[in-house]
Amino acid sequence: MRILTNVNIDWLRWRWHTLALSWIVILAGVGLVVARGLPLGIDFSGGTIVVLKFEQPVTEEGVRRAVEDLPGEEVVQTYGPAEDHQILVRLAELVTEEGASLEQGALAIGAAIDASGLGKYEIISTEIVGPVIGRDLQRKGIYATVAALLGIMTYIAFRFRLSFGVGAMVASLHDVLITLSFLTFFGYELSLNVVAAILALVGYGVNDQIVIFDRVRENLRTMRRDSLDKVINLSVNQTLPRTVITAGTTAVAVLSLYLFGGVVLEGFAFAMLVGVITSTYSTVFIASAIAVFLSQRGRTRTRAAEPATGNDAKNRKAGRRARAS
Amino acid sequence: MNKNLQWKLLAVVAVTALAVWSFYPPGQKVKLGLDLQGGVHLVMRVQTDDALRLETETSGERLREALRTEGIDVTDVAPVDVTTFQVTGVPRDRDTEFRRIAQDRVGATFDREPGVEGTYTFRMKPNIAVRTRQDAVTQAIQTIERRVNALGVSEPIVAPQGTSGDQILVQLPGVTDIARAKEIIRSTALLEWKAVEGGPAATREALLQSSGGTLPSSMEIVPGVDDAGTGTTVYYLLRRAPVVSGNQLRNARPTLDEYNMPAVGFTLSQDGGRRFAQYTGANIGRRVAIVLDGRVESAPVIESRIAGDGRIQGTFTQQEVQDLSLILKSGALPASLTYLEERTVGPTLGADSVRAGVIASLAGLSAVALFMLVYYKLAGINAILSVVLNLVILLGFMSYIEAVMTLPGIAGFILTIGMGVDSNVLIFERIKEELKTAKGVRSAVAAGFDRVFLTILDTHIASMISAGFLFQFGTGPIRGFATTLFFGLLSNVFTSVFVSRTLFEIYLSGRREASLSI
Repeated sequence: MRILTNVNIDWLRWRWHTLALSWIVILAGVGLVVARGLPLGIDFSGGTIVVLKFEQPVTEEGVRRAVEDLPGEEVVQTYGPAEDHQILVRLAELVTEEGASLEQGALAIGAAIDASGLGKYEIISTEIVGPVIGRDLQRKGIYATVAALLGIMTYIAFRFRLSFGVGAMVASLHDVLITLSFLTFFGYELSLNVVAAILALVGYGVNDQIVIFDRVRENLRTMRRDSLDKVINLSVNQTLPRTVITAGTTAVAVLSLYLFGGVVLEGFAFAMLVGVITSTYSTVFIASAIAVFLSQRGRTRTRAAEPATGNDAKNRKAGRRARAS
Repeated sequence: MNKNLQWKLLAVVAVTALAVWSFYPPGQKVKLGLDLQGGVHLVMRVQTDDALRLETETSGERLREALRTEGIDVTDVAPVDVTTFQVTGVPRDRDTEFRRIAQDRVGATFDREPGVEGTYTFRMKPNIAVRTRQDAVTQAIQTIERRVNALGVSEPIVAPQGTSGDQILVQLPGVTDIARAKEIIRSTALLEWKAVEGGPAATREALLQSSGGTLPSSMEIVPGVDDAGTGTTVYYLLRRAPVVSGNQLRNARPTLDEYNMPAVGFTLSQDGGRRFAQYTGANIGRRVAIVLDGRVESAPVIESRIAGDGRIQGTFTQQEVQDLSLILKSGALPASLTYLEERTVGPTLGADSVRAGVIASLAGLSAVALFMLVYYKLAGINAILSVVLNLVILLGFMSYIEAVMTLPGIAGFILTIGMGVDSNVLIFERIKEELKTAKGVRSAVAAGFDRVFLTILDTHIASMISAGFLFQFGTGPIRGFATTLFFGLLSNVFTSVFVSRTLFEIYLSGRREASLSI
């Protein structure tokens, strides 16, 4: 069985359209964040989450009434499948001063539910994050993402050429932003798990790019008279089946995580799913376009000045190692 | 099958056997994280200022004591902040003598700065301050470890965390009574016996009036429970310097007092016992206060000289007496703790997560396997085998290095399924391409693997770079994810390249006119 063989699509022709599309999505995401604020999970914002499992069915409305007199803003939502009678209650940071007792919020929730007459319940999980930890994690999350992006860019620049490294980094950054936008559209919070998913995506997204760059390099050896546009288009077309299939298998695995992995991992799985699809899109449209853009001038200059040296010598050396996919 | 191939097959079987041996039986060998088995995760900060303050105060007291025995009359010795204290009113004619004594008593840890009119400021040396803070954290970790062990928690974690140097991470798997565990960990358990100079009185003001309105710097007012058992708070005027303190305690145990009420029996060390005997012998008929964490538990009248054994009476329940003995035995914390983070997962939620994770993994594996079979036919079996083997090796390796399996870690397994099969796809697609140029099946397979090998190496290294940063970033569950991802990628290089190729070669070796179902 074969799919997408012998396609001949001029991908680079669409680069401006796709670039515009990406910008629209990202700007819409940014707009929503500006309008509503970045939905930080308590890992980053600090606060208290208590998940209660009631013996009797309860409504979100009932629980919300029970806790609405607590200070700060409360969030009440059903947790997991409805037949489990599980409700999540979230309180914003009650104490900004360190030293005040951290568990105040959790105790207040317990007391309010006790007083409400909603029946017996069991607390199945509590998360209390103080402001110190929240700030710490925010900082570390940003550092780790930036460091991962730079690390991968350096690696690709070292293995291929700088313009490919920059292309890969811009494409990965694009994936991160699009994924964040979709998380915002669908109301997911930025939690530790989601950041983990985004970091994993940074690594994953590069895979497809490496496959295409490898093919570009291989084709450059045999198509020296052709423009880089043409070489890249051909490479993208040649590798298209595997790009689609690898994304497909990963997406299938992640989809099963989204469907069956339980409520704790829902945000994680959603971020992965969006990211896997986005990274395929950005590999085809963004990474190659940027690589072309950055290579253009360098390439023509090399040609005019010193034909058949420099890059070509490098390419012949690479050729002896017989690589590419 | 040729010799070379036999060795390859042997290597594959050996690695598989080793991996299975590492994680079998999984119930014992695979360690579950807190999010899967339930338990509590705490991050706290050691208030290292407390330790500095204590050091400053006791040094001041030591100097005051020495000056008194030498007969040098100063106006006051008083702490200024956590690292400084001040001596005022040193008589001019005894200045040289004062300097000698000060150098002798606190010169090793404090720098002395002269001020005007017989005033001296003593500031703790910076390196001593740093060491005192470090010691406080180390000591706090050791104390918490002893307490947690006494609680009977299996495989607890007590470790320093973060870069600020004063945070401690405590993980208690399987603990259900979280409030009690937290209370036991947090109790400073600073036990002191102090001389009572006034009280009990109903209010601080009443107490101050009886001593002339101002509080001398050598005295302090401490709240406590009324001995009569009415439960109201009363105040005592106590001498700051303790007669003996908890670090001279050798043992503590639950016992009963003369009214058959729960009490804590204690035994002092030799040195502490001698000092206590000396003091009680000289002060019969006066009161001595037993102060626990800045609160007077009881203030009995000394009826006779007490040597090394005694009892702490108060209004305790049986449980409190047991916990208090445990805490006292484990030693006092050198500084108080504040909680920065607390995460609790109940056992039900943990079990739910395990179930969901296993279902999702199986569903993901089945879906991917089905796709590979449909799309690559017989070669799909090859891919499935290498992916399954990848999971087996990963699980074995995780068990071997005793990495903790967390819920995000399970997600890492699922991603390994999805990404592991990607390598097979790359190879198979390349083989298909090579087949088109019709060089024969064997050379097509060989070329396919050879040409894709570096690509696979590049993609895996790139992904491992981000997994490495992920590990740096995360705590607990996220680290579990980063670890699975990292080692899943590593073992995938082996399974998708070496194992998969061996399988192809075995398949082809038995056939003369080889064709490939791919």
